[in-house]
Amino acid sequence: MNQWKNFTKGFIKENPVFVLVLGMCPTLGVTSSAINGLGMGLATTFVLVMANIVISMVKSFIPEKVRIPSFIVIIAAFVTVVQLMMQAYLPSLYKSLGLFIPLIVVNCIVLGRAEAFASKNNIISSAIDGLSIGLGFSFALVLLGGIREILGSGKIFDITLYSENYVSLIFVLAPGAFIVLGYLIAFINQIRKS
Amino acid sequence: MAQRESTFINMVVTLFVITLIAGGTLGYVYTLTEAPIAIAKEKAQKEAIKTVLPEFDKLSNPFKVAAEEGSDSLEFFLAYKNNELVGTAIKTYTKKGFSGLVSIMAGVDTDGNICGYQVLEHAETPGLGSKMTTWFKSTEKPKQSIIGKSPKTTKFTVSKDGGDIDAITASTISSRAFLDAIVRAYNSYEKNLESNTGNKK
Amino acid sequence: MSYIIIIIGAILVNNIVLMQFLGICPFLGVSKKISTAIGMGGAVAFVLVLATIVTYLIQNYILNAFGLGYLQTIVFILIIAALVQMVEIILKKVSPPMYQALGIFLPLITTNCAILGVALLTIQKEFNLVEGVVFAISNAIGFALALIIFAGIREHVDMQNVPKGLKGTPIALIAAGILAMAFMGFSGLV
Repeated sequence: MNQWKNFTKGFIKENPVFVLVLGMCPTLGVTSSAINGLGMGLATTFVLVMANIVISMVKSFIPEKVRIPSFIVIIAAFVTVVQLMMQAYLPSLYKSLGLFIPLIVVNCIVLGRAEAFASKNNIISSAIDGLSIGLGFSFALVLLGGIREILGSGKIFDITLYSENYVSLIFVLAPGAFIVLGYLIAFINQIRKS
Repeated sequence: MAQRESTFINMVVTLFVITLIAGGTLGYVYTLTEAPIAIAKEKAQKEAIKTVLPEFDKLSNPFKVAAEEGSDSLEFFLAYKNNELVGTAIKTYTKKGFSGLVSIMAGVDTDGNICGYQVLEHAETPGLGSKMTTWFKSTEKPKQSIIGKSPKTTKFTVSKDGGDIDAITASTISSRAFLDAIVRAYNSYEKNLESNTGNKK
Repeated sequence: MSYIIIIIGAILVNNIVLMQFLGICPFLGVSKKISTAIGMGGAVAFVLVLATIVTYLIQNYILNAFGLGYLQTIVFILIIAALVQMVEIILKKVSPPMYQALGIFLPLITTNCAILGVALLTIQKEFNLVEGVVFAISNAIGFALALIIFAGIREHVDMQNVPKGLKGTPIALIAAGILAMAFMGFSGLV
């Protein structure tokens, strides 16, 4: 397996948000600011990499019919680790991401990679796959979060760019998430075609 | 390596073992993080109290006072400087927020006026209700500020309801909820004063 | 009285899909036809209510009683996975055509953030069991409502002349955004 290709696929070619259209819930839910997007992206990447590694290690011990529940338990364990670590060391990020942290366990991306890749490949490839998809996810979240933050609150990473009087509040609200994502996907599709 | 057979026994055992290992690992991580989590919580609380009260050098142990109506009691913190009481911090709440619970640390000085507040927790709409974090302490627009005022002398309801405080533009519900929390804190403060006159130190 | 607020809040004001962003994957995936949307809505509703009840009981009588709060995520998701498995078996027996129509989306209900989300929210909002059930049913109705309305919209959009770059997912998302905007109009209700 060409590990370089394995590593770079997550950014554009197999970007989980723009191409595979997975993991929509956190994508729309936590991208009201770039830093939230980044935090969620990195947390998910951690779970992806660790779960992929463990699942790849134990794949031959798991009978086929209990594969999905077993994967889910392993993923849930790592999500809880992230929850506890964040609560202890990054309390303000923990508060902003709120409900979406435990929801990483039902992020279709994580279970999807476990099923499609980690259960069929060796440990190193699985780890790199997790890293690639996770970073691609983070990239998408920061992009979406950044656009929404700039248009909706005049700031980026909490640095004020222009006066609050000119913001279009809709972008940090629910409709804005859908609309910006729609246009982003259309835009990325165009890039991929050319 | 061939995969194990999907017999009933195999499936149950596998799931059980995985869950056991997962549970055990988590128990371990939990004991590791228990202390830092408690410390982080306490730190955030102390920071909030510092923001809402004038300078102090000693904080009493928190004690609970029953809220007038509503089930949860409020946590009180007495702050002292050079052994003299400088203010009371009250952790209050309201469930009437637009998106539910809003938790606020309110500061009452020794004259019985609100001297500060900090919104601890809320899920209000960004750009609208979320403005409550700064709106009611505005120094430029005194009609919307509650600082230096007391529910005894000023009507702590929004102007729309005949009160004296200007609500956040387009966020009447969040504003009402905010004031509800502050009034709740103040009522408990009064109640505590009544039952403690002479016992404040 | 507070039940009315919970109901209107969950169905309209804080609609689970359009405002809280839970349950988006099936929202985008199953909403192409009204009939499948109804089927999915029903299946999710059933699992949602059951899951909320079971997780509530387990949280309060087992997890909290033994100080095992940190096992919440694992336990909740296992409960949901088991319930979905049960629904699959029942549906296969009771209505094979519906089972076929829902296809892969049926096991995917396990990863539907709406179910885990509502179960967690019920605990977070400190509802009692009755309020929790009302909350769950209302959210299920809200989910089904959003899904069915959206399916109706998509059936129409697909017949229009959409610019090539926006065809498919992009135009669906933009339509969802406008629908979300419409739902924001309910915010004055409670």
